[in-house]
Amino acid sequence: MSGYLLNRLGQALFVLWAAFTISFVLLQAMPGDAILIKFQNPELGLNPQQIANIRASYAADSAIWVQYVQTIGRFSTGNFGYSVQAGVPVSTMLAAHLPATLKLASLGFVLAAVLAVAIAFVSSLTPFAWLRGALQSVPSLFISIPTFWLGIMLIQIFSFRLKLVPVINPGPWQELILPVVTLAVPISAPLAQVLVRNIDDVLTRPFVAVARAKGATRHWVLWRHVAKNALLPTLTIAGVLFGELIAGAVVTETVFGLNGIGGLTERAVGSQDAAVLQAIVVLSALAFVVINLIVDLLFPVLDPRLRTKAGATA
Amino acid sequence: MTTFDTIHDDVIASGRGQRTGRRLSLPLLMRRLPPGLVLSWLVLGIAFLWAVAPWLFTSYNPLEGVGGEQLRRPDAGHLLGTDALGRDLYARIVYGAVHSLAGAFVAVALGLVIGIGLGVVAGSVRRRLDDAIMRLVDVLLSIPPLLLSLSVIILLGFGTVNAAIAVGLTSVAGFARLARSEVVRVRRSDYVEAAFGSGGTFSAVLWRHVLPNSLTSVLGIAALQFGSAVLQISTLGFLGYGAPPPTPEWGLLIAEGRNYISTAWWLTTAPGVVVVLVVLAANRVSQSFGKVAA
Amino acid sequence: MSTSAAASPPVLEVENLSISYHDGIAHHRAVHDVSFRIEPGEVVALVGESGSGKTTTAQSIIGLLQANGRIDGGSIKLNGTDIARWSDRQLDVVRGAKISLVPQDPASSLNPVKTIGAQVSEILRIHGAASGHALEAQVISLLERVGLSEPALRVRQYPHELSGGMRQRVLIAIAVALKPQLIIADEPTSALDVTVQRRILDLIDELRTEFGTSVLLVTHDLGVAADRADRLVVLQGGRVQELGATKIVLAAPRSAYTRQLIADAPSFSAVARKTPATAREKAAPSDNDVVIVDGLVQDFVRPDGDGKPFRAVDGLSFRVRRGTTHAIVGESGSGKTTSIRAIVGFQKPTAGRIEIDGTDLSQLRGETLRQFRRKIQLVYQNPYGSLDPRQTVFDIVAEPLLNFGRLARPAREAKARAILSRVGLPEAALSRRPHALSGGQRQRVAIARALVLDPDVVVLDEAVSALDVTVQARILDLLDELQHDLGLTYLFVSHDLAVVRQISDTVSVLKDGRLVDGGAVEDVFERPGSDYTRELINAIPGQNRAALV
Repeated sequence: MSGYLLNRLGQALFVLWAAFTISFVLLQAMPGDAILIKFQNPELGLNPQQIANIRASYAADSAIWVQYVQTIGRFSTGNFGYSVQAGVPVSTMLAAHLPATLKLASLGFVLAAVLAVAIAFVSSLTPFAWLRGALQSVPSLFISIPTFWLGIMLIQIFSFRLKLVPVINPGPWQELILPVVTLAVPISAPLAQVLVRNIDDVLTRPFVAVARAKGATRHWVLWRHVAKNALLPTLTIAGVLFGELIAGAVVTETVFGLNGIGGLTERAVGSQDAAVLQAIVVLSALAFVVINLIVDLLFPVLDPRLRTKAGATA
Repeated sequence: MTTFDTIHDDVIASGRGQRTGRRLSLPLLMRRLPPGLVLSWLVLGIAFLWAVAPWLFTSYNPLEGVGGEQLRRPDAGHLLGTDALGRDLYARIVYGAVHSLAGAFVAVALGLVIGIGLGVVAGSVRRRLDDAIMRLVDVLLSIPPLLLSLSVIILLGFGTVNAAIAVGLTSVAGFARLARSEVVRVRRSDYVEAAFGSGGTFSAVLWRHVLPNSLTSVLGIAALQFGSAVLQISTLGFLGYGAPPPTPEWGLLIAEGRNYISTAWWLTTAPGVVVVLVVLAANRVSQSFGKVAA
Repeated sequence: MSTSAAASPPVLEVENLSISYHDGIAHHRAVHDVSFRIEPGEVVALVGESGSGKTTTAQSIIGLLQANGRIDGGSIKLNGTDIARWSDRQLDVVRGAKISLVPQDPASSLNPVKTIGAQVSEILRIHGAASGHALEAQVISLLERVGLSEPALRVRQYPHELSGGMRQRVLIAIAVALKPQLIIADEPTSALDVTVQRRILDLIDELRTEFGTSVLLVTHDLGVAADRADRLVVLQGGRVQELGATKIVLAAPRSAYTRQLIADAPSFSAVARKTPATAREKAAPSDNDVVIVDGLVQDFVRPDGDGKPFRAVDGLSFRVRRGTTHAIVGESGSGKTTSIRAIVGFQKPTAGRIEIDGTDLSQLRGETLRQFRRKIQLVYQNPYGSLDPRQTVFDIVAEPLLNFGRLARPAREAKARAILSRVGLPEAALSRRPHALSGGQRQRVAIARALVLDPDVVVLDEAVSALDVTVQARILDLLDELQHDLGLTYLFVSHDLAVVRQISDTVSVLKDGRLVDGGAVEDVFERPGSDYTRELINAIPGQNRAALV
């Protein structure tokens, strides 16, 4: 078991290192030099000597591999460097923007999970074929809606038409209602699809027929036999959902003007602020790796088949 | 359930409507095709025609507005109304199709070619290279797709083609993983072993059996990826990293309409509905491929 | 046989039952006007091949038809009450308590994420039969009753920790927990090894006598039905072909189909389904051995990486004379499939020597190995998996010729056509793809592919095991004919001793990778050299009838 753990940790570290390298190559090898863009601006009135000094302070002129080694050293101690555009440490910016995103993302994820589970279980319990059909087509509709457009439509309908949610000076929670819904929709879709498929699949397994033959009702079978078997495999898409969550946060925060990591990302790309974007990419990869690590370690706890090695022979 | 495998072993099995499509009569075929699928093909067909011959569908100029016609509501003259510069919205959507669809096409083609290449190599060769490729795939998967495409855009700069490349690269890992698992699945099958057993060389077996059987489902996923690429490209367009204004790219149309959200609802609603319909259609078609393959 | 029929009503009375399935376009009838009855304490067997409607009939009795199935007409009377049109809610009370089920596949019939104890106690809890400590005690005593060792330990174990036979015992414990009046046993042993099969059927018999329960035994195996049932219902194509007391049906079958079934069942036919080896073959000198296996050892590295490698085959040796059939017999895990994979050259043995027609396999690599393959060909167990679904029958059969491209295209076509007609496939089948063929036809295609290269040796890996008995008989006839005409040597791998006795000249019996018995087939069957062989022979179903005739 500990061998497995070490192996798995090593893999995670490798992925993290490689993700850092890829982001470094993509973002530091960029032709548009952020420092020149910002400081050559004539309005600042800096002479070439001053620009050279600034460049030296960012280590922009050392060989690429020196920069690489320096950056990796800084990143591993939690120092993500300075944002050229904003002139403040990237870590300070991240810390300032993180709480808004955490709140949005956690609420959005919870709502998405509730939606997905409701869609999947209601559709398999309902005796009405039409309702089942309607519910099962909801995920494929959700997955086809552009998130940014959904946000705009929600604002249009609920804020401007129905005037249910104020646009000007909303309360701290009121402000979150529409963004959370916007974020939840694209995340609930893949989750619901996987769940519906798993439930359908589990329902055809012989042990379900055996349970019915014991005299168990459909509800009993669904909750006590199908649920756990259908929910377990959804853990494997946790990483994919995290990716959706990040994409959703960027778009949602942009549409609703929320001041979180997503909005920060959008502005960083707009102003070609590579340092900020690289920090965000590396931190996302870290989160992804940690999530998958947790899932891998959780599986043997939840699934008895992975706990013991081989079946007894008799 | 109704396949009779009895003494009359030599009577061709009749059952479960398994006959191949070719032998179906046309009326029967029509009856078997679900209406949703027909509609989906229709939507994709129209979108395709918009992209190749937009002038057939509208007489308005998508780029030049008409004075005094600004922000008209949808009516008989302007099917979907006009924007703040007096440009016909329907014309802009029709002419915008080429940007969204060509972008998505390039993205999927890129992801498919690189992904299948990596996947097939990983699935058919020895362990070392296989491991190396799959680790690379793991790494690509660990970076959220949007962040990966944003990084690529920072590197390459804004623009339609760059956005398409950025989106295409995000699907490489998924295609590679799927192609590899399919190749491995097919390679384990009895018929591949039987092909080696009857004297087939490695390349002959790969070409005759492994590739045709493993790539069917990968192509089914390509249709699904097409819908997703339309979405991603419109997202990049909306964020302003795709085609520059006044290009009528769908995501950009929605972004521009956003400024008139309280007065001109059609500017955001109509292009969004078009995107949803195209993506839904692509997903539905992809689903039908999956059924044929299975 | 029940004589109290007049006194008490039958436990189950099925009358004119008709069932159809909807395939998305129309309803297709799967069961037509089926009628039979089961008296208290009686065992009735529903016997039929695939597509006979036996499983559908059984499912309808317990109200568990698939979602696209429906009862079109007729009645299912349980103790005189028609339950055919009962709602799920009404049936929930009956299921488990009055009628219970022993399913076909023990591997997938238990919930993998719940303990054995939870799954056995569930039936008691649903029907409110016990709770608390009494529940636990009852579960343990049930597990003990069905012959599980250490029942207190089993309660806390999960299904994957038990063997197939043990899981089927758990399922039987569930089925008898509430002492139902009727147990539906749907192919209860077809997924199990023969020796386990026998013990499980004995257990069902024992419990039936103890509790006075009736049993509806659904089976494709006429031998099992003959051994265990009081009465037989023979189904074909969803219709009852014959119905009556087991002894009478077997001794004097009235329908042509039943006669066919009895003639084709390997366990019944005393005569060998084989052209007797001619004097020439028997007298052939021993240097005419075309297959020589000497001290074959095959190790596998365990997937978890620790401990010493797993030895799948341990010192196997045998010789096969040209033109004869050698059978390799064993239960699952005996190493028979591993051995033949080494013999056909798919896998390098850890130790030992394999010689085919004078060629030592260990010397072969790359192109020489490829050239060697025309000498020995393999026919797989599952004809669905061994044919490429995207190729036509013609392409499949012509492909080996293409691999050794010596023939020009017209010659290739002529040869492929000739071999296809030789295995009895109609001309029309040539352009079809495998999915449009029946199971028997697919296996004919697989045989044609193996023969098209004119091999010396054909290895048949459970090649008839997945087929219905009447189809199996035709394929065995074909194999015999081909051997006689072409002078082929067969290596016949099987778990089915009845088939082996019919068609082979010599036999090797494997257990846990070791050869436990071997020699001429008559010698091994009449004077088994090991206890294990004796047990295998005794486990062949259908021996009651053999004794009877």
